[in-house]
Amino acid sequence: MAIKGWIEVDELHCKGCGLCVAACPQNVMSLDMERLTPKGYHPVHLHADGCTGCGICAIVCPDAALTVFREAKIKA
Amino acid sequence: MAIAEPKIVYQRPTSLATRVTHYCPGCTHGVAHRLIAEVLDEMELREKTIGVAPVGCSVFAYNYFDHDYVEAAHGRAPAMATGIKRMLPKNTVYTYQGDGDLASIGMAEIMHAAARGENITVVFINNAIYGMTGGQMAPTTLPGMVTTSSPGGRDIESMGYPVRMAEILSTLDGAGYVVRRSLHDPNNIRKAKKAIRLAFETQERGLGFSLVELLSSCPTNWKLSPVDALQFIEDKMIPMFPLGDYKVNPEIGKLRV
Amino acid sequence: MAKKLYKGNEAFAEAAIRAGCEGFFGYPITPSTEFLEYMAKRMPELGRAFVQAESEVAAINMVYGAACTGKRVMTASSSPGISLMMEGISYIAGTELPCVVINVMRGGPGLGNIAPSQGDYYQMVKGGGHGDYFPIALAPSTVQEAVDSIALAFDLAEKYRSIVHILVDGNLGQMMEPCEMPPMQPLRETPPDWAVSGAKGREKRILSSIYIDPPDEEVTNLRLLKRWMEIEASEVRYDELHTEDAEIAIIAFGTAGRVASTAVRQARAEGIKAGLFRPITLAPFPKKEIAALAKRTKRILVVEMNTGMMLDDVSRVIEGKVPIEFYGRLGGVTPLPDEIYDEIMRISHNIDAPAPENPRMEWVTRLEKILEGEN
Repeated sequence: MAIKGWIEVDELHCKGCGLCVAACPQNVMSLDMERLTPKGYHPVHLHADGCTGCGICAIVCPDAALTVFREAKIKA
Repeated sequence: MAIAEPKIVYQRPTSLATRVTHYCPGCTHGVAHRLIAEVLDEMELREKTIGVAPVGCSVFAYNYFDHDYVEAAHGRAPAMATGIKRMLPKNTVYTYQGDGDLASIGMAEIMHAAARGENITVVFINNAIYGMTGGQMAPTTLPGMVTTSSPGGRDIESMGYPVRMAEILSTLDGAGYVVRRSLHDPNNIRKAKKAIRLAFETQERGLGFSLVELLSSCPTNWKLSPVDALQFIEDKMIPMFPLGDYKVNPEIGKLRV
Repeated sequence: MAKKLYKGNEAFAEAAIRAGCEGFFGYPITPSTEFLEYMAKRMPELGRAFVQAESEVAAINMVYGAACTGKRVMTASSSPGISLMMEGISYIAGTELPCVVINVMRGGPGLGNIAPSQGDYYQMVKGGGHGDYFPIALAPSTVQEAVDSIALAFDLAEKYRSIVHILVDGNLGQMMEPCEMPPMQPLRETPPDWAVSGAKGREKRILSSIYIDPPDEEVTNLRLLKRWMEIEASEVRYDELHTEDAEIAIIAFGTAGRVASTAVRQARAEGIKAGLFRPITLAPFPKKEIAALAKRTKRILVVEMNTGMMLDDVSRVIEGKVPIEFYGRLGGVTPLPDEIYDEIMRISHNIDAPAPENPRMEWVTRLEKILEGEN
């Protein structure tokens, strides 16, 4: 089964620069043209399934706007 | 049965303040800030660190870190850092400087801080342009590059050549760690972070002056999209400013981080 | 404690150490270099910081950084070096940090020469750096007074979070004079609550001279002004010699004041009612005291080793209520007591003459005649 990951976007910090969109290996990120941040930028969002939580988006983000999660399997 | 539980892969470092930066969208100053904050967190240095902010686009850097900070006059950050470090040798002291600040007006201060082997760390942002004043020619502007003060492109006959600071500083015996990295892609950003880590390790071990030159983008003044600006670093800046380790104290060379 | 013979610059340096100076940053320049040399030896012996900087620009910015830690720090230089330091001095003033800057003044402008002068009066007393700020300026006239004024300078700097300038000239820096050193003061153990030290168990601190919003800068300028008014109200210092009944009152500072005191004693010996008022704080300027002096004297003679810089401040205080005359020597020339005595005699013969229309212009005419005679 594919690793499942997801991101949280801090819309106060996201400036919609799109560096994460270009860097995302899964091509599942895009700017949300339906929304504006308090500063007036289109924030990034996940537009499709497939995020693996690799964290590359956070590595390139100049505004530390992304928190990246990954599902970890723990044996009960 | 397996239970799925969320694990945090990446979160904002605590050494970074919550304040939103004034940097333009896509400007890699923010990446450099983040990497410094991550390293200070990892090395647990936040509570003893004093930063020295420059004059230039990163003049407000002190607002973006959650540790003590002072603000220097243009180019004088290494002198100011010297004053702080000599009074508080147990504290961690670093400067954050751009190319105009470090390689033009502050050339004397950076050279002599390195020559003295001053136990400070310098994060040097080279984006080949004056950002804050609106895109004038910097000492690191590439030959032929158009800026507002070299509107026909930097003419090497009358305006001279760009300055390669990492190479120059590495010739000084007081330097313990001098490298050049780039912020244009995830792999290089990882290497940049490791270099910043090693620069602070150099300081913590008392091995002399440490500097990480970071090739950085200025989408606004380069008049490129944030993504194209990263491509510009790769295509145009790296050939002029080769990435590499210019001086590494053997003790740091052996370190695995 | 017994008096000991000291060279001026070395005495100032030892006094700074005893006042608790923990960091000295400087650059060699005549006639202040012995200060740096003394510090180079003594500071490391005591485990304190000494750096010979690459320039005066770097030196003052090291002082700036060091001052951010709340410890007692200083530099010493001479006129051209002080000009280079003006950038850092303005930043230190804007960041409201305490520090002490000693100027062992020499002849100028430009490279000038290395002889004693008071030509940096405006630069040291009025500020010299850019922006709206007020330095405290002390002008001792003997090695002993300079030694004592250094501890005072550090105290005032800390009390008001202000830069304190000490103006001496090459005479004081270079002369050998007996003086008594104060005892060694203990070093401050805890930093002040504004200093940077690492944000351990507290909010982070930022020390900066930036107030990017003009209304914030306006409030800052106002705060600096109000602090300055407090300094003006409580920190004026001066010395007087025979001024209580003086008909001719000399106003002079530093070396010029010291030379004038000899002339005043000489005149008194001959029954001429001369006196000397010597400002010790040039900033804050002893305005009230000089205004009071003007009420009880017949004529004022300002003596300086410059073209009449303090003369302007004296004139502003006197407002034409009593005639003012001026005598100055320039370019690194120190006046002799006889020259000032001659001025006292000239004035005493014309004590009721109308006030000179322009004291500076009339002095130029007299000085040119003197120079003709000297050559």
